[in-house]
Amino acid sequence: MIDVIRAAWVIARRDYVASVFSRAFLLFLIGPLLPILAGLLFSIAGAGGGADQKRPAVAVIAGPAEAELLHAARGRLAERLGDAMLPMLHIAAPEGGAEAQTRRLLADRSDGVVAVARGGIDAPRLIGPRAGVADVRGRLALIYDEARAARAMADAGAAAPGPVAFRETVVERAAGPDAAGHAATARAGQLVLMFLTMILAGMLLSNLIEEKSNKVIEVLAAAVPVDAIFLGKLAAMLAMSLTGIAVWGAMALLALRGLFPAVTLPVPAVGWGAFVALGTVYFVACYLLLGALFLGIGAQASSVREVQTLSMPVTMGQLGVVALASSVVAAPESGLAKAATVFPWSSPFAMIARAAQAPEIWPHLLAIGWQALWIGLIIRFAARRFRVSVLKSGGPRRRWFRRWRTS
Amino acid sequence: MNGHAIEAHGLVKDFGGFRAVDGIDLAVPAGSIFGVLGPNGAGKTTTLRMLLGIIDPDAGHRTLLGEARPLKVARQVGYLPEERGLYPGMQAREAIAFMGALRGLPLKEGRARADQMLEAHGLGAARRKPIRTLSKGMAQTVQLLGTLVHRPRLIVLDEPFSGLDALNQERLEAVIRAQAADGVTILFSTHVIAHAERLCQRVAIIAGGRVRFEGGVEEARARLKPEVRLATRAADGPWRAALPSGAVREGHLWRFALPDSGVEPLLKALIDGGAGIETLSIERPGLHDAFVAIAGEAAAKAMDGHALEDAA
Repeated sequence: MIDVIRAAWVIARRDYVASVFSRAFLLFLIGPLLPILAGLLFSIAGAGGGADQKRPAVAVIAGPAEAELLHAARGRLAERLGDAMLPMLHIAAPEGGAEAQTRRLLADRSDGVVAVARGGIDAPRLIGPRAGVADVRGRLALIYDEARAARAMADAGAAAPGPVAFRETVVERAAGPDAAGHAATARAGQLVLMFLTMILAGMLLSNLIEEKSNKVIEVLAAAVPVDAIFLGKLAAMLAMSLTGIAVWGAMALLALRGLFPAVTLPVPAVGWGAFVALGTVYFVACYLLLGALFLGIGAQASSVREVQTLSMPVTMGQLGVVALASSVVAAPESGLAKAATVFPWSSPFAMIARAAQAPEIWPHLLAIGWQALWIGLIIRFAARRFRVSVLKSGGPRRRWFRRWRTS
Repeated sequence: MNGHAIEAHGLVKDFGGFRAVDGIDLAVPAGSIFGVLGPNGAGKTTTLRMLLGIIDPDAGHRTLLGEARPLKVARQVGYLPEERGLYPGMQAREAIAFMGALRGLPLKEGRARADQMLEAHGLGAARRKPIRTLSKGMAQTVQLLGTLVHRPRLIVLDEPFSGLDALNQERLEAVIRAQAADGVTILFSTHVIAHAERLCQRVAIIAGGRVRFEGGVEEARARLKPEVRLATRAADGPWRAALPSGAVREGHLWRFALPDSGVEPLLKALIDGGAGIETLSIERPGLHDAFVAIAGEAAAKAMDGHALEDAA
């Protein structure tokens, strides 16, 4: 066994170094980031071009006293709600005919005016297209109400009450938002798991085909047990994928911190630390279960086309497995969800969803043990297929089989 | 080990109903250069793969350096497969060191040895070049060095001369001789007999998946009688009765196997019969002739066997 591990290490090290220092790995790393980067660039470009343009503006025809009241009211509300929540106010002093001035203001494109308010704060009229009026109606009313209240307080000689300061007590979670956040995290976890395993299993197959076409496999098989070749390749690809995940994870974290500092992700039920740890374990389990199967299949094929043909049913099956596992998110206690938890190939997907939704850790320990058992069985079976197919070699046929063949 | 680096008894291998190897017995003395000769498709490569444990035999057993499970002694064995296999993106020195590492040689040591070996074989400048940038001959040399880097006790080479130019063939022969001089056992397969004749102490001739001959090169040559080539002035006459029944005429030259009675009675009969001998030469058959005769005989037997099966 030690010899097998030592030999697997030699092969894994070679494969890992060759993969990580290749152009293909660079593409593998930046591939999934490209759509994200493109999205970011577009959003940054969009944001830089017109953050203010998107915010509706209202032209208010008012005298200086009312203008001051409205500005002060808007300022106070902006402190509480955030400036972006309120429409911009462009104060225009009354000029001659109100109708004509209104038309002029609505025709002016430079200020982004979507409506015009006139008539003072006691009997305001809002004039503008239907969409513009609907957009600003409520928020403008807040400003007007605030202005009128402030004026009433001033008229009564009373000091305006200061802003309300809540005494805050922070608790861990509230059931309503938590459930929605957990479901979202569960789905995201399943998708990430599926996405990663599909990419990596495909790469594993390509790697094997390349090896077969290089004729290196015979050099390896003459020096080390075929099981070691199998395990070495599986381990190298796993290490490579974990490297990729570490890079992607770090970049995602940096991007979140740098670009969206205010964004907070919903906390999974088991907490982020345990979720990441379990996610890593389930990814490894999922990859080994699928990778071993793909490697066993890849050994039967002699060309990329054959590999594609042979792996198609497995890929389709994997989609089915993910669909099965998604039942855990919608109805965690259903029979389908239980079946998804027990079936070895869907178990990692089901359990990552459970980690997002339920705080108990012990079911994960059980599931990991169960998956480990299956990983052992699948690797053993796939390594045997690999040995038989990759070198057209097998042990002597069983006697009963020989009898059946000759009868 | 009984003085044998390799022993095989009754090895059989079928591929989907086709019997590639049909009960092969071999004994390769330790420290010898042993050639496995055979026409294309004779079962040489399958035999070597079974001996090395790359594939398992369907029947029979073998020992390699005294061990029934060949991979247990893989660190003491070097193997150059017929279809050369190297990672195209790997540097020459890394490829050699990697092949050594597969056989238990630490990478650092492997790199140091690779540098020395590449330098000694005139490839010092190529040691950091990727394999894909090397010529075919250079790549083959790199693979050969990878086969030797861990200093094996037994080297198995499958068709090592194929694809090499005359100069590189000479170099490879020198490498084989040098290894043998260090006490290393060398087993190689070939269908080019000249190499075996120059290098081997013993050979096995395989045809149709069976060993048709195993023994020394001289022994193989001795299986054929020397050939007499005779040119006479007289076209016909009583001397013709002195020629054995299998004599063949090619132009003005007669060719036939030297009779068991030897050359003197033949000469006397020719002179007495008035042949008027112009030239008479006796040529000892080479390994090539022995190979053609043995492999040809095997092929003829195989054809007879098929004919009988068809008739049945």
